Amino acid sequence: MREKILTFIEKNSRIDIKELAIMLGVDAAVVLQELEAMEEEHVICGYHTLINWEKTGIEKVTAMIEVRVTPQRGMGFDKVAERIYNYPEVESVYLISGGFDFMVILEGKTLREVSQFVSEKLSPLETVLSTRTNFILKKYKDHGTVMAEKSKDERMKITP
Amino acid sequence: MRNPLSKTIVEIEPSGIRKFFDIVNEMKDAISLGVGEPDFDTPWHIRDEGIYSLEKGRTFYTSNAGLKELKEEIARYCKRKYQLTYDAAQEVLVTVGGSEAIDIAMRAMLDPGDEVLIPQPSFVCYPPCAVLANGVPVILELQARHDFRLTAEQVEAAITPRTKLLVLPFPNNPTGSILEREDLEAIADVVIRHDLYVLSDEIYAELTYGERSHISIASLPGMRERTIVINGFSKAFAMTGWRLGYACGPKRILEQMLKIHQFAIMCAPTLSQYAAVEALRNGDEDVSRMRKEYDGRRRYLLHRFREMGLECFEPYGAFYMFPCIKEFGMTSEAFAERLLESEKVAVVPGTAFGLGGEGFLRVSYAYSLEDLKKALERIERFIQKLRNEHGTV
Repeated sequence: MREKILTFIEKNSRIDIKELAIMLGVDAAVVLQELEAMEEEHVICGYHTLINWEKTGIEKVTAMIEVRVTPQRGMGFDKVAERIYNYPEVESVYLISGGFDFMVILEGKTLREVSQFVSEKLSPLETVLSTRTNFILKKYKDHGTVMAEKSKDERMKITP
Repeated sequence: MRNPLSKTIVEIEPSGIRKFFDIVNEMKDAISLGVGEPDFDTPWHIRDEGIYSLEKGRTFYTSNAGLKELKEEIARYCKRKYQLTYDAAQEVLVTVGGSEAIDIAMRAMLDPGDEVLIPQPSFVCYPPCAVLANGVPVILELQARHDFRLTAEQVEAAITPRTKLLVLPFPNNPTGSILEREDLEAIADVVIRHDLYVLSDEIYAELTYGERSHISIASLPGMRERTIVINGFSKAFAMTGWRLGYACGPKRILEQMLKIHQFAIMCAPTLSQYAAVEALRNGDEDVSRMRKEYDGRRRYLLHRFREMGLECFEPYGAFYMFPCIKEFGMTSEAFAERLLESEKVAVVPGTAFGLGGEGFLRVSYAYSLEDLKKALERIERFIQKLRNEHGTV
């Protein structure tokens, strides 16, 4: 049941609970109970909105920063990550396999703001060996959703 | 000047759906629930394989019966899904959609005057195809009180010495009805006793709901040798425009079908065949994702119709609902036209699918939930209005 609920709300968190229950063929109370339990257990961590900022005219800059660190004694990757993710301007932090250790996604208002964060806050951390900042030029798809406008239904209106 | 036309073709009625199509098409802002094809795009990895095959320059004919790899995948698929065993080399034929397979199967099996039992309401092509094959269509009217299932008694009652072929269009378009094992066993028994053949159109086989998976009549004892199974990629893999289907059956019949196919068609489109190989190899997850989505919409629609007090049996197959509108005392066609005029919602009158369709509408749920909700609000408003006019609540 949980997986079914999650599959639906992952794509549409605003779906009406009654409608969701109908579609799953269960009682609305069951869905509500499961949702509350999953929120409690932090299986559901939030209900966000996917915004195409480009269309709003509001300036936003997103950067993906590759960070190499030396994990220090008594302070594994988790501790280092915590030092990074506690900054509110940091959008996401992932521990990565391969050529570097963390992928840090940062959102700022301007290029300057982002570079300032990197040079003044991120790089000076004693465990950080190096950073490489990649600015995002265009978002095509985010959270499984294509950012371009929906294509029209091109099917004929009536077919056998 | 002599009449250029054949009497047979002139006497065939054009598809009833065509007429309604013309009305709907003039209305630009109508919401349609009248489509008989998936709303999903073909999954990308399948499209990608099609593109790749063009890039590689695979732009030539394939062998008449289809690509060897594809026929082998089809045989494997039939085995793993429906416990059907066919020899890929001689018992599988790749066609231009399921429709071609229906046409050539009838032409390969019928002699002038042979009777073909066709349950209705059903897809529009069976009677004309039977006529074009010089056969005589005999219509079996499916009953709402049996949830539009075909019964063995009905089949038996219609049999004459000329009866040769039974068409089995389940899961059914337009009713969404399915046949389960007991139904099929009883029908198979009649078929074997009267020495008939079956054309089993299983194009919606992947779309069954509520833990009722499709059973092919060909998998029942003694039926493999009497059945042509027709299936394709349109509905399960959302590939209608690729025009690709197939027929499986005993070699004796398939080799004659291949002859017609070879002279009339040559081979199915090469690009589509390569894409179809990918669909069968790696498409299971896509099919199950789409099925789940349809199932949710199906429950939602059924719930809404019942909420509106519209009589509707629960369909377990395809992507159609078949609600009853008899309480309003008008024909399906009149109802559909008025609904279109006053609320701009297009549905297909049940009568477009032959006998037994009067008093019913085909409502497709191959639409997003948002579209369905919007359309249902309008339908609800419409029937309230009608009920007020009639003074019934």
